[in-house]
Amino acid sequence: MAVAMMESMVTVRDQRGDPANKGLAHAPETAHVIAERFSVFYGCNEAVKKVTMAIPAGKVTAIIGPSGCGKSTLLRAINRMNDLIPGCRTAGSLILDGEEIYGPRIDVTALRRRVGMVFQKPNPFPKTVFDNVAFGPRIHGIRGRTDVASIVEESLRRAALWDEVKDRLHENALGLSGGQQQRLCIARALAVQPELLLMDEPTSALDPLATDRIEDLIGALRGQYTVIIVTHNMQQAARVSDMTAFMYVGELIEFDSTSKLFTSPSEQKTQDYITGRFG
Amino acid sequence: MALTSRKLTDRLFTFVGVSSILLLAAFLLVLLTPITLGGIGAFVFRGTVEHRRMQLELFETGKKADLEADMAAAFEARRPVYEMIAAFEKEIEAQGFLASRKYAEPLQAVKDELRLLLGPAPGEPKPVMYRDQYGQTRWDRARVVLHHLLYDKQYDYSNPDEMGKPIDVPRVNEFKGTALEPLFAYVEQNLDKMLLPRVTLYWGFLTQTSYDSHYFGGVWAELLGTFYLTVGAILFAVPMGVVSAIYLVEYAPATSKLVQLIRTCISTLAGVPSIVFGLFGLAFFINTVGVSQSKSVLAGSLTLSILILPLVIRASEEAIRAVPHTYKEASLSLGAGKWRTIVRVILPSALPGILTGIVISMGRAAGETAPIIYTAAVSVGLPLSLRDTLTQPTPALPWNIYNLCTEHQRVDEIRHVQYGMVFTLVMLVLLLNSVAIYARAKISKRLRG
Repeated sequence: MAVAMMESMVTVRDQRGDPANKGLAHAPETAHVIAERFSVFYGCNEAVKKVTMAIPAGKVTAIIGPSGCGKSTLLRAINRMNDLIPGCRTAGSLILDGEEIYGPRIDVTALRRRVGMVFQKPNPFPKTVFDNVAFGPRIHGIRGRTDVASIVEESLRRAALWDEVKDRLHENALGLSGGQQQRLCIARALAVQPELLLMDEPTSALDPLATDRIEDLIGALRGQYTVIIVTHNMQQAARVSDMTAFMYVGELIEFDSTSKLFTSPSEQKTQDYITGRFG
Repeated sequence: MALTSRKLTDRLFTFVGVSSILLLAAFLLVLLTPITLGGIGAFVFRGTVEHRRMQLELFETGKKADLEADMAAAFEARRPVYEMIAAFEKEIEAQGFLASRKYAEPLQAVKDELRLLLGPAPGEPKPVMYRDQYGQTRWDRARVVLHHLLYDKQYDYSNPDEMGKPIDVPRVNEFKGTALEPLFAYVEQNLDKMLLPRVTLYWGFLTQTSYDSHYFGGVWAELLGTFYLTVGAILFAVPMGVVSAIYLVEYAPATSKLVQLIRTCISTLAGVPSIVFGLFGLAFFINTVGVSQSKSVLAGSLTLSILILPLVIRASEEAIRAVPHTYKEASLSLGAGKWRTIVRVILPSALPGILTGIVISMGRAAGETAPIIYTAAVSVGLPLSLRDTLTQPTPALPWNIYNLCTEHQRVDEIRHVQYGMVFTLVMLVLLLNSVAIYARAKISKRLRG
């Protein structure tokens, strides 16, 4: 796998000179996810158009853009949640740790275990707080009571939720507030020990205070996990991310460090979007 | 539309809606009131000493010492009746052959009514039929038989243009001036002393088997049979139905023509008349597959399960579809496979809806008559052991209600049993429903938090 990864890195680097591959302009040595002319189609509609980018490991990458620009579709391609949509197919290559995500021999459940996901609306199971977090470890074969309990505690601590729920572990998760539910979903995703965490507008259903806590949490996860966050909210992208990608009608317009993209974007479209001229 | 006419339409609609609901409630009341009143009559009634004697002799319930004291008192009250008859017989014998012939028929009628009312006369050999071994066990029936003793029902044909009018002719007229004349007044005045009616709470109606095609005893065999059939049907239909529903929702390709055909077939199956299922059960399960030599609980359960299968599939399908998509997404995103997602996330969330479907189909299975006529039900039978359900037919409430109301020898004499059976069936279905509603509420509450 390491060899395959090196090879793909090499090909990626070779293409840096190509102006079509602007997503690779700053490809770091430790790219975690690499898209190469990657497209997603819903029927005949090309929702993501030949995107090429390398998402760095251990950093927070934000994907911004107006509604319908394909940013969620791109995100959901990484753990193949798009498979659920009938008529959805892909072209090009999308590589996680040197492994082709849409390759013929990939085990999708194993992939999803490595790539955690947090959804737009908090979606805890109608089970207890404990059972929610323990769901992942249990289906992956961890049976011992103490093992499960320690994973649950560890995950809840990482999601900065432990202190609030440690006395209500055996109450129904749907009794928690929206923000707590979302952090519970993050804890649930962390409990399967993913390498990568996908967040699909994780705060769009939350109030500002809860949003603030989630953003703090994302900051705390930086370095331990690769985080990819799709957001509508440009300020949020500016606050939490190291790298930002701007997408527009399925195309990747610009991908750069957050500070650069928001202060001196190289594309006119990006400039227009971040200054609020459209979107 | 103008504001006033819009308001008028609203009001009209409210009125129509409320009145149709009220009409429905009224119908329900009209239906349930007699069932309830009549049905309670099977459990609570004024039971005579004959009831207590029958209970002791046939079912060994009740206190022997108390009964013997009661019987002694009752026989003491009845003694003059038999003495009067003996005196009368002596009297007409003395009058010669013509008198004997004149009184033979009316006397026999009186004796028959008396035997119905009080049981066999002292010294008579024990009758073969259970029904003839005891007098009237219920006071309300005893009053009716008393009327038959006192009055002979004749028809008045004086107007040739009309049908004969029934008229009650006092029997006492025929015996004017004989030793039998005082008997009628005596029986009328002393009937309660002869039968000693007492308010009786008779739970045995549920737990006792019947003697002599429901003249005596209860409906235990029918109740047990209905229970076996219902549970059997559920045991077959629920796993099949839920698995089918899972397949249809989660696995079947939605656009496939074949799957659409299957769906249409399921809908059609739900509308097939139940008698057709009965014939199918006979032709398929008994004659073709041969699950049993003839009617059996097993064959009946299988037939009922086919009948309720569409209901179970439909309800489970709806319930599974109603599970929020986000649960499924969350489970899949955690690396759970499809099967695990179904078993651990989707089915638990769909359980309340599935339960509702099971309840509705249980009620349906418990009450269906036509499918079990050919496959499981018999009019008379003993309660079955669990093992016998594989090979033996059983009496069952719905069929026996029909049977007792239409095909019994003396339909009028066992009205209380008919009402009691209907009431028991309604209560059984109600009980099943409330258990499931309770379970459903419990699970929903746990899911909602």
